[in-house]
Amino acid sequence: MIRLIDVHKEYDNGTKALKGIDLRIEDGEFVFLVGPSGSGKSTIVKLLTAEAVASQGRVIVNGYNLNNIRRWQIPYMRRTLGVIFQDFRLIDKKTVQGNLEFAMRTIGAGGREMRKRIPYVLDLVGLDGKADAFPNEMSGGEQQRVAIARALVNNPRMIIADEPTGNLDPKRSLEIMTLLERINSMGTTMLVVTHEKDLVNRFSKRVVAIKDGELVRDGQGGYYRV
Amino acid sequence: MKRINIGYFIKEGFLSVFSHGLMSFAAVCMIVACLVIMGSFSLLAKNVDVNLKQLEDDNEFLVYIDENYTDVQIAQLQKQVEAVDNVASVKFSTREEAKANLVEKYGNNGLYATMPDEVLRDRFSVHVVDLERFTETVDAVCALPGVAGHRAEGELAEGFVAVRNAVTALAWVLIAILAAVSLFIIANTIRLATFTRREEIAIMKMCGATDGFVRGPFIVEGLILGLMGALVAFLLQWVVYGAVCRAIITSGALALFELLEFSDIWNWVLGVFVAAGAAIGALGSGFAIRRFLQV
Repeated sequence: MIRLIDVHKEYDNGTKALKGIDLRIEDGEFVFLVGPSGSGKSTIVKLLTAEAVASQGRVIVNGYNLNNIRRWQIPYMRRTLGVIFQDFRLIDKKTVQGNLEFAMRTIGAGGREMRKRIPYVLDLVGLDGKADAFPNEMSGGEQQRVAIARALVNNPRMIIADEPTGNLDPKRSLEIMTLLERINSMGTTMLVVTHEKDLVNRFSKRVVAIKDGELVRDGQGGYYRV
Repeated sequence: MKRINIGYFIKEGFLSVFSHGLMSFAAVCMIVACLVIMGSFSLLAKNVDVNLKQLEDDNEFLVYIDENYTDVQIAQLQKQVEAVDNVASVKFSTREEAKANLVEKYGNNGLYATMPDEVLRDRFSVHVVDLERFTETVDAVCALPGVAGHRAEGELAEGFVAVRNAVTALAWVLIAILAAVSLFIIANTIRLATFTRREEIAIMKMCGATDGFVRGPFIVEGLILGLMGALVAFLLQWVVYGAVCRAIITSGALALFELLEFSDIWNWVLGVFVAAGAAIGALGSGFAIRRFLQV
């Protein structure tokens, strides 16, 4: 669950990225966060992942109040999230299996858990049989599937996807979005940051639009319009 | 799910040392250079200290005894002198023995040989424990009844103390500076190696890794580099020290200076190098990684 209450964010250089955002996302929802470049989408993601702190207002993510979260609590809050990036951010020198093990090991998972969980997740994202491949041997769509598998492997309550189809062609983008929808149908809350109008319109989900740091639209079964 | 994975830290630390071979080599070279320079100054200070201690041990003052004292009174006085605080030992010499010592020391050239014994007095040779308290000890002994006079080279004693203190202070200052320089260099070397892995660190942090989990393999890497540097520095120090000692002995310079054998101090040198190398490596890594943890 996400709650943003009158959130403002002003960077050190004086840029006002967010100006009083109010937003509530319940568990199990699928939400598109849309808006033009520089509208404040990435700032919201940074606030939700505790990479930045709100200048004013309250930010609550999966029960953690990020306004007064202690530094040692941040890793535990992040374990409730899975984050997917536009540029995949995979470790090229590790295989698919290695990338997923890397993510699981960071939270202290043991070998038995990895052997059980990783094949299941790879199967879920359609990468069965690709465990030993290296990222640079795979297509962009496949690499993004690995990134989704990595985000899923620690069984998070929520996935935040920051422009997950930004580097993909329309066909692969549709596949990835369909995969995210499927994961959401299994109970994982999904927040997808994007500016791809066609995809947003096609999926008919809740759309939250921001512009110049302000929330300008929030509608169920919505379409892309800022 | 949560457990401390020491085996993972060690494995990753070792892998990292060898997968960033050039950086590791540079870091080890830096540690070796700093430890050898630091070690050379420490050994110089140690040699100076040992030699000054020997000179201090030779330093004594003479206490002349009242001529009217009987043997019994002299024995009582010796006990009193021995009881004075900071007195290490007291040796009694008769005037005849004192004259014989002078003749032996300066040669039988007529001056001392023809000198009547009565010119000299019975005396105590007094050694002190702490040379820094030389003057107060002399004063305390001279205040005893039966002491007719004394001869003490207070300035010489103070000179020894000053030289020893200066050498020790200089060595500590140099060691501190070199340790700081080593720490800075190793931190920057490991930071360069870490820079190429900042993406990995960012991913780990985003997956929910704690700072300790991210830091673990880097600390192990630093420890390994520090220990490798310490062992190489130890061997190099052995060779350098041996060569310098041989050169000094062969040239005949500093003939009065007694050099310590490396075989007598190797365990001390190895222990200090290993401790310093490990500390520099681990702390350097800790400092290097700090900036990348701010994700």
